[in-house]
Amino acid sequence: MLEIIQLLGQGFLVVFEPQNLMLIIGGCALGLFIGAMPGLGSVNGVAILLPLTFLVPPTGAIIFLAAIYYGAMYGGAISSIMLGIPGASTAVATTFDGRPLAKQGMADKALIAAAVASFVGGSISVILFTFFAPPLAHVALVFGAPEEFALMMLAFATFVGLGGDDIFKTMFSICIGLVLSAVGFDIISGEPRLVLWDITGFLHGVNFLVLAIGIYGIGEMLWTVEEHALGGGKSMLSEANVSVKRTIVALRELVKTWKSTVMGSFLGYFVGILPAAGATPGSLMAYGIAKQISAEPEKFGNGAIEGVCAPEAANNAASTGSMLPMLTLGIPGSPTTAILLGGMVIWGLEPGPRLFTDHSEFVWGLIASLYAANLFSLLINIAFIPVFIKVLKTPFTILAPIIFTLCLIGGYAPTQDMHDVWLMIVFGIVGYLMRKLDYPLAPAVLAIVLGPLAEPAMRQSLIISEGSLAIFFERTYAGPIMVAALILLFLPLFKIIYDRMRKTKPEAAE
Amino acid sequence: MTVRTAELLMAIMMGAFSIYLMVKSYELPIGWIEDEGPGGGAWPFWLATIMLVSCGGILSNWFRKKGRIAQSTRTYIESHVLGDVAAVAGSLIVTVALFSFIGIYGALPLFLVFYIRYLGKHSWLLTSVLAVMIPVVIFYFFEITLKIILPKGITEPLFLPLYKIFL
Repeated sequence: MLEIIQLLGQGFLVVFEPQNLMLIIGGCALGLFIGAMPGLGSVNGVAILLPLTFLVPPTGAIIFLAAIYYGAMYGGAISSIMLGIPGASTAVATTFDGRPLAKQGMADKALIAAAVASFVGGSISVILFTFFAPPLAHVALVFGAPEEFALMMLAFATFVGLGGDDIFKTMFSICIGLVLSAVGFDIISGEPRLVLWDITGFLHGVNFLVLAIGIYGIGEMLWTVEEHALGGGKSMLSEANVSVKRTIVALRELVKTWKSTVMGSFLGYFVGILPAAGATPGSLMAYGIAKQISAEPEKFGNGAIEGVCAPEAANNAASTGSMLPMLTLGIPGSPTTAILLGGMVIWGLEPGPRLFTDHSEFVWGLIASLYAANLFSLLINIAFIPVFIKVLKTPFTILAPIIFTLCLIGGYAPTQDMHDVWLMIVFGIVGYLMRKLDYPLAPAVLAIVLGPLAEPAMRQSLIISEGSLAIFFERTYAGPIMVAALILLFLPLFKIIYDRMRKTKPEAAE
Repeated sequence: MTVRTAELLMAIMMGAFSIYLMVKSYELPIGWIEDEGPGGGAWPFWLATIMLVSCGGILSNWFRKKGRIAQSTRTYIESHVLGDVAAVAGSLIVTVALFSFIGIYGALPLFLVFYIRYLGKHSWLLTSVLAVMIPVVIFYFFEITLKIILPKGITEPLFLPLYKIFL
């Protein structure tokens, strides 16, 4: 305990270096902006801006990206409330009651509630994180190749079992991500592998950023172009009456919402740890439970302030939660953390439990930066509410070409090869067409990041066991993890069988 | 084209791609090699096989009209949207193609003018300010600060004096 506080103190020393402090403040402001823009969320911001971080050392880079992640969770609420359009999928649940509040002329109340709930959610989860992470990393230190592979199986299995998308499409998405990560050279024999259509550009593999920017940059923007055409481009911005006096009144009223905020925080944190779940389902679940525990459930949907607090607390808590498996086990808990993990590999840091011992300054700097980012996001958010509302008026036709420009250069920068820019365009267009058919794409991004770690883990395990798959089930930690993964993987099948049995029973009774 | 038809075409295309990946993986050994473990092609081969099986599952759902997408008779991309999406995607492709010829600083302003002026219908003043400012910022940030040289094509000689000053 004392050791953790001491390490956290060292982390704060890293955070208070002027450059890092600037990066946190800049990241929070940028994240708030990205989160507030409809169609852009933390994952888009982190994917598009990752190439810009080559400028600073790894600790600064991850602090900056984590601040964007955090800021975006705050920012998502702004457009949910003011426009009725979620700024990011993580803020969908915030529209349910945030929008009615704005229509009743209480937009400021909803915005402040969202900001404060986000802060509480962020604070609770970051404290949980601080005390959960080191013991978990300690346990994970004994993990060998079989355990690592089992954990990755568990991550993929959660998408199939809990993701809620079409199972075949989810499996396809996972496998295509893994196969793309195998392009280039065979890691053990060193022979060229999967050089598609014998194009030499594939010899250096498919960089995860090319896929991530393709899907979350180009593809997402094409999707937004379509949405705007359908919406006719009309602005539905609500009026917000912001003043210091009204802010103080709104803050006082928030005391009675503590129950749903605290519930949302804990729920969001634990849901965030699961790879397939993340902030979006976390906030939706928190909304549902807040409605159930409320004394006046009929107010939900018509402007209940708890209906804003619970999901906002949950999505911030989930974003911190999703960093727990990323830092301790090397398994990302969300698409955004998958990209952060890919970034860590680029910066030369090996993800996994050894990070805590080998790069203690990096890990504790990041953890301390979460405390700082949480506070700065709250302050920037409340102080600049009128500015962010103005930002929402930025026409999409100005923002879009700037984002496209960043995508094109971001795709070129890591390898400096035009082949990758073309590949990114292909991924963007195909990704857009697949998304229209409900193919989930997040699993592919997670898979391309984990692929280069999963393959050696599997091959090494099989070499140890001389080809026997039993190695994944016999070991103390790998066994239960693998069994859990298999249960999740077959969960949809169990459901189908259960449904069939229930259907046939009444017939038999007749 | 309806969503249902698009679903069928996508599944067939992805199925074909899976088969291609399987064939390509087979160039390396996919079986067990004595003292070496699984061959280099095994991992992608079996994953591509799962991809193919998944495509089979998608097709089976399609034939049985199971699920929202397989039943949908809506238009895949509405005609009034298709124009916008095609214009944006097309302009991106043309821009990237131009990178190798007239360089990023030739292609980027053209793209920005096309997007802001013709798609966005903003004023010429705003268009020209952005079309000049954005490439300047990009040059400053990427080439000078990050030392990442972006493609210039035939405009390369124009940048030699700038390199002398900054690099």
